[in-house]
Amino acid sequence: MSTGLEQLYQQIILDHAKVRHGSPLREYDGGGRAGESHQLNPVCGDEITLRAGVDEGTVTAVSWDGAGCAISMASASVLTDLVQGLPRDEVIALVDSFREVMRSRGRIEADEEVLGDAAAFSGVSRFPARVKCAMLAWVALEESLLAANS
Amino acid sequence: MPVVETPVTLTPTGPGPTAAGLTDAEVHRIRNDFPILGTEVNGKPLIYLDSGATSQNPLSVMEAEQEFYEQRNAAVHRGAHSLAVDATDAYEDARAAVARFIGARTSELVWTSNATEGINLVAYAMSNATLGRGGEAARRFAIGPGDRIVVTEMEHHANLIPWQELAARTGAELRFIPVDDDGTLRLDDAAALITPATKIVAFSHASNVLGTINPVSEIVQLAQAVGALTLLDACQSVPHLPVDVKALGVDFLVFSGHKMLGPTGIGALYGRAELLNAMPPFLTGGSMITTVTMERAEYLPSPNRFEAGTQRISQAIALGAAANYLAETGMHRIEAWEATLGARLVAGLEAVPGIRVLGPGAGLPRIGLAAFDVEGVHAHDVGQFLDDKGIAVRVGHHCAQPLHRRFGITATTRASTYLYTTTDEVDAFLDAVAQVRPFFGAH
Repeated sequence: MSTGLEQLYQQIILDHAKVRHGSPLREYDGGGRAGESHQLNPVCGDEITLRAGVDEGTVTAVSWDGAGCAISMASASVLTDLVQGLPRDEVIALVDSFREVMRSRGRIEADEEVLGDAAAFSGVSRFPARVKCAMLAWVALEESLLAANS
Repeated sequence: MPVVETPVTLTPTGPGPTAAGLTDAEVHRIRNDFPILGTEVNGKPLIYLDSGATSQNPLSVMEAEQEFYEQRNAAVHRGAHSLAVDATDAYEDARAAVARFIGARTSELVWTSNATEGINLVAYAMSNATLGRGGEAARRFAIGPGDRIVVTEMEHHANLIPWQELAARTGAELRFIPVDDDGTLRLDDAAALITPATKIVAFSHASNVLGTINPVSEIVQLAQAVGALTLLDACQSVPHLPVDVKALGVDFLVFSGHKMLGPTGIGALYGRAELLNAMPPFLTGGSMITTVTMERAEYLPSPNRFEAGTQRISQAIALGAAANYLAETGMHRIEAWEATLGARLVAGLEAVPGIRVLGPGAGLPRIGLAAFDVEGVHAHDVGQFLDDKGIAVRVGHHCAQPLHRRFGITATTRASTYLYTTTDEVDAFLDAVAQVRPFFGAH
């Protein structure tokens, strides 16, 4: 197997594509406010509906429903594990730093200290056609947090 | 300037139906005409199985375009200088070559950007007729509440959305002929759907997803019995099988140049002369008129009536070269070769555990393509895995979302062949597909 494919489909991604932490979508029953976002990639039909709550400035109860490729589904699962319980501002900074890595065409290696398991997606940035797959859940989270704030 | 008619030859697409298919040796010789087929992708020799999306170009096509720019470039149908005459001759020779290739008269072949524009041209001409443009002669194209447009469930979005829009603009009703589980059209339903209220029946000759070859004459008969027009989307047939518009009996037919060895940006609309000369134009402007005052204009007959503005001259010339290349190779021979490849694809795919091929099963007629679902692995991931091995396929909904929905899936992987595809390539593809589920741990 060539290194290109292994860089893209790291074991951690293949695993998360199956376990799908945070799926299915759940009703929000926390004490804060929740927001929701539906994202669709019209090229391949991948889609995700993600809901997140913000309770006293902390991101909680992230859940989602989705259908799509291993990259998009694993990305949503990893993201759920990563952001639950973090301050909202920190989550927004994480989305920005993930986006920066994804758009870097392989020039920026993700910092595992910051992005945790999401660092496994670094290889995706060398495959421009797949960046949108990896970003789908992150964009949905960003919009959910905006909606929860409004 | 009116177009000079050239007679239709008896064998516009090369040797007749009894001709044997291409041989592996000939296919290898043909491949030498296509520089891109000798390149590598991801360090592996390119195996190009995406000709259903766009085909590759032989040297003769690229040279025709280059030769035009080097030696004949000028505006056509205007100006009296020698270069303009040369350019016009080359441009109209190309029209004649492409018209001959589908058995049409030269004046019945309208250049468009692609098949999509050809379908929109007819849909907007019908809109314009509905608004009274084209006068009494164009009344037969008018459509409104109580009238019906019939398409099929297997249409490419290009042959669906223009009709949705026409229905929305005019108040007509849009209905579709459903697809059976085996990927064929339900003709019983077609007979019930194509009522006297039907103004036009628009359907594909061969499905870009299922590979099904539709029974054109049966549907044309149903349409003609109620006085409805017919439009055939021939994007997946004109490049791959002999097509004779007169034998098919359709009123309109569209196809794209880039799927038949030609460049992008050029395609054609065929229409029966009598219809084209009665139909109001879609795009208007220069080069399509006879007399213009500040208030109104008179229009040229077909095809110029539908070719407003400076045309795609070099692309048209290159498409003419592509049609000649295909005719010289022989469309019956290409059809036979691709039928072999299509059968090999389906038989091979059906032998892989967890693979479901859409459309006609092994042994049934299909063009040289197969779209399939891999259980537990998304099409995008299948395509990525194959790309790593130098194999180019299409993944997604192939611009046919309703059809995918009908089969309960959002995306498939599609391998599509052409005259330059070898059996070794098909086998390498099948071998790679067998490794997909193990790689992704799908059980």
